Amino acid sequence: MNSEKVTKNLLFVASIILILLAAGMVLTLASGSIPVFEKFGIQFIWSNKWNPTAGREQYGALPFIAGTIITSVLALIICLPLAFSASLFIGEFYKGTFFAKIIGTMVDLLAGIPSIVYGLWGFYYLRPMIVKLGLNAQGFGVFTASIILAIMIIPYATSISTEIISLVPNHLKEAAYSLGATRMEVIWNVTVPAARSGIIASYILALGRALGETMAVTMLIGNDNHIPKSIFGIGNTMASVIANQFGEAEGSKLSALIAIGLLLFVITGLINAAGKFIIKKLA
Amino acid sequence: MEDQKVIVDKLSSKSKDARRKASNGIFHGLVILFSLITITPIILIILNLVEKGYRQINLHFFTQIAPDSWDAMQAISQGKLIPGGILNGITGTFMMVGMASIIAIPLGIMIGIFLYENGNKRYANFIRDITDILQGAPSIVLGLIAYLWVVKYITHGFSALAGAVSLAIMMLPLIIRPTEETFKMIPNTIKEAGVALGVPYHKIILKVMMPTGLSGLMTGILLALSRVIGETAPLMLTALGSQYVSFDITKPASAIPLLIWNFYNDPNLVNLIWSSSLSLVAMVLALNLISKRIASKRK
Repeated sequence: MNSEKVTKNLLFVASIILILLAAGMVLTLASGSIPVFEKFGIQFIWSNKWNPTAGREQYGALPFIAGTIITSVLALIICLPLAFSASLFIGEFYKGTFFAKIIGTMVDLLAGIPSIVYGLWGFYYLRPMIVKLGLNAQGFGVFTASIILAIMIIPYATSISTEIISLVPNHLKEAAYSLGATRMEVIWNVTVPAARSGIIASYILALGRALGETMAVTMLIGNDNHIPKSIFGIGNTMASVIANQFGEAEGSKLSALIAIGLLLFVITGLINAAGKFIIKKLA
Repeated sequence: MEDQKVIVDKLSSKSKDARRKASNGIFHGLVILFSLITITPIILIILNLVEKGYRQINLHFFTQIAPDSWDAMQAISQGKLIPGGILNGITGTFMMVGMASIIAIPLGIMIGIFLYENGNKRYANFIRDITDILQGAPSIVLGLIAYLWVVKYITHGFSALAGAVSLAIMMLPLIIRPTEETFKMIPNTIKEAGVALGVPYHKIILKVMMPTGLSGLMTGILLALSRVIGETAPLMLTALGSQYVSFDITKPASAIPLLIWNFYNDPNLVNLIWSSSLSLVAMVLALNLISKRIASKRK
C-alpha cells in the first residue's frame, strides 16, 4: 500500500470513529433507559408522577417535558423582540458603523459567559427583582429561568439572522424606497420577507440551545417535580432534573434519568435538524 | 365643491404621511431601545463580577487550594478575607481540558480534512449531519454518556478521565466544522503545486495545507476551548470535584466551574463565587478575544 492510500484510509477511519461515537451514544442511552421502560411501560413518557421513595417508586417524564417546553418557548418569546432589534440594528440601521460593531461585540460576549455564571447572576440580581415585583414569593420559577435563558440564547438567535438581514440585496430595498416607502415599511415588506427563512432558522437553533441548558435553569427554576402551575410557578426541566437528582440516583431512578436524557437528546436533535433543514433550503 | 374635495384629500394624505413618518420614527426608536436592552445584561454581569470579585483576587487566590468551610467561617467572623484560592480548580480544569484536547483536536482535524476531501458525497454529508447532531447535544447528556462509559466501566468511580471524555465529545464538532471551512478557503493552486512536484499526500496535508490554514485552525480550537472551559453540568456527573490538587486521571478532580458550584452551595464560602466567576469569565473572554484577533488578522 502506498502512502496516499494509507492517509486516505486513516481519514476514513476517523470518520468511522465519529459514526461509532454517535451510534454508541444513542445505544448507551437507549440501553440505560430499558429498565424504566420495562417497569413503567411507555407511559413513562406521559405519566406525571415522580416519586423516588423506596417501595413506592414511580417515575414519569411529563412534568419535566412540560417544564422544558414551557421555559424554552417562554425564553424564545422574551428573546424575540430583543434579538430581532439587535439584528436590525447591526444588519440594517447601522450596518458597518462603529455602533453596530459595539452592539455586535457585546452580543457575542453574551455567548462567552458560562452557564453557571448566568445562574449566579440570576440568583443574586434577577431573583430579588422578581420578588420585588411580587411575581413569586421566593423569586424562583419558570419565569425567572426563562428570562435568564432568553439572555443566554440572544447571541444564537442574533448571529445567523443578522447575517441574512445584512445580505438582503440593496436593489430590492432601493426599489421600495424609490416608491416612497419609509424605512419601517421597507424592513417589514422587503427585508423581513426576503430574510424570513434565515430568521426563522436562527430562532429554531436558539430554541434548541434553550432546551438543553442546565446550570442556570437548575439554580433558578425552583426544582419541583410537578408540572408548573403557571409561568410564575416552580418546576423542573429535563436537563435540570438530571443535574439535581443524579447525585443520589441508582436503580430505576438512574434509569429514569437516563431515559429523560435520551428524550432530551432526541428532542433537541429534531429541533436542530428542523433548523438546519431550513438553512439548507436557503443555501 | 370640487375644489373643497381636493383639499380634503390632500389634507388627509398629508396626515397619512405624517402618521407613516411618525410610526417610522417610533420603530427606529424601538429598535435602538431594544438593542440597548439586549446589551444591558452583559454590561451588568461584568460590572457586578468585577465589583464583588476584585477584592478576593490576589496571588494567593491562584496559588492556594480552596479553603474548607471552617477556616472560611473563622476568617469571616474576624472580618478578614477568606483564605485560600482556586488552585485545585485551575489544575483540574487544565488537566481535563488538556486531555479533552488531546483526544478531540487530532480526531476533529482528521474528520474535518476528510469532509474537505470528500466534498458533497453522500457519505460526507452523512458525517456532516452527525457532526451537527453532536453539536446540538445538550452538555448534560454528554455528561450522562461519559458517566455510563467511563465512570461505570473504566475508572469505576468519578474521575478526571470521565470529565475529559465528556468535554472531548463536546469539543469534537466545534473543531470539525472550522477545520473544513478553513481548508475550503485555501486556494487549490497551493495544493496542486505540491501535487505537481510529486509530494506524497500526507505531506501535502502536514506541510502545505496545515501551515497555510494554521490561523483558521487555531481560531476554531481556541473557540472550542473557550466553550468547554466554563462547562459545569457534564463535570458534575463525571469529575465530581476534589478538595485537593490531584493529577491522577482515575480519581475525581475539581474544575473552576465545579468550585463555583461548591462555593455557591456552602454558606461560608459563598463570598468566593464572585472572584472565581470573575477569573473564569476573564479566561473565557481572553480565549475569545485571541481567537477573534487571529481571525481578523487572516482577513
